[in-house]
Amino acid sequence: MDLLLDLLSWLTIGIGMVFLFAGGIGLLRMPDFYTRCHAAGITDTGAMLLLIVGLMFQAGLSFVTVKLALIMIFLLFTSPTATHALAQAAYTGGMRPESAQDETDPLEEAGS
Amino acid sequence: MFAAASAALLATMAFALTRAFLGPTIYDRILAVNVFGTKTVLIIAVIGFLMGRPDFLDVALVYALINFIGVLTALKVFKYRDLGTAGPAPKEGGS
Repeated sequence: MDLLLDLLSWLTIGIGMVFLFAGGIGLLRMPDFYTRCHAAGITDTGAMLLLIVGLMFQAGLSFVTVKLALIMIFLLFTSPTATHALAQAAYTGGMRPESAQDETDPLEEAGS
Repeated sequence: MFAAASAALLATMAFALTRAFLGPTIYDRILAVNVFGTKTVLIIAVIGFLMGRPDFLDVALVYALINFIGVLTALKVFKYRDLGTAGPAPKEGGS
């Protein structure tokens, strides 16, 4: 049983490390701001979930797991909120995606 | 295992710091600092397990709260150029 838990924990933490590296390299190499948001979102949710679930496998059923679950739920609420607010602030500030074809404002069109 | 995970976290934090230094716009910098903050929460948790003292999780929880508030405050300053406003005035055509 312990071996199984250790293996599961290794597996989730290993996949989480792959996600971390992919997101970090993407954050450094993506061409414009909105694509970098995508790379940052991967490390903020995917890698975070996998790492914390791996730590939970190590902690077993105890109060530590409850704290880890609290951290996980809190980060799941806050980091998408922060990314959304950031992208909205950048859009309001006049930044457009690099691949945008036309100059019309999608926010205006959706509102009318 | 925990040592490898903290090494990967440190590498990602280094990438994020590089982006924060390079970042052409202010939004890139805030994004990088946000990523750095969440990775700090994770590395505190992982190092707690590495040292065999999971009590560090309380620190991680508090750090997550502070980081969220900090990022939103910085965003508000850069969006409205003012900390005191409650938000934009009702729209009168165009933003």
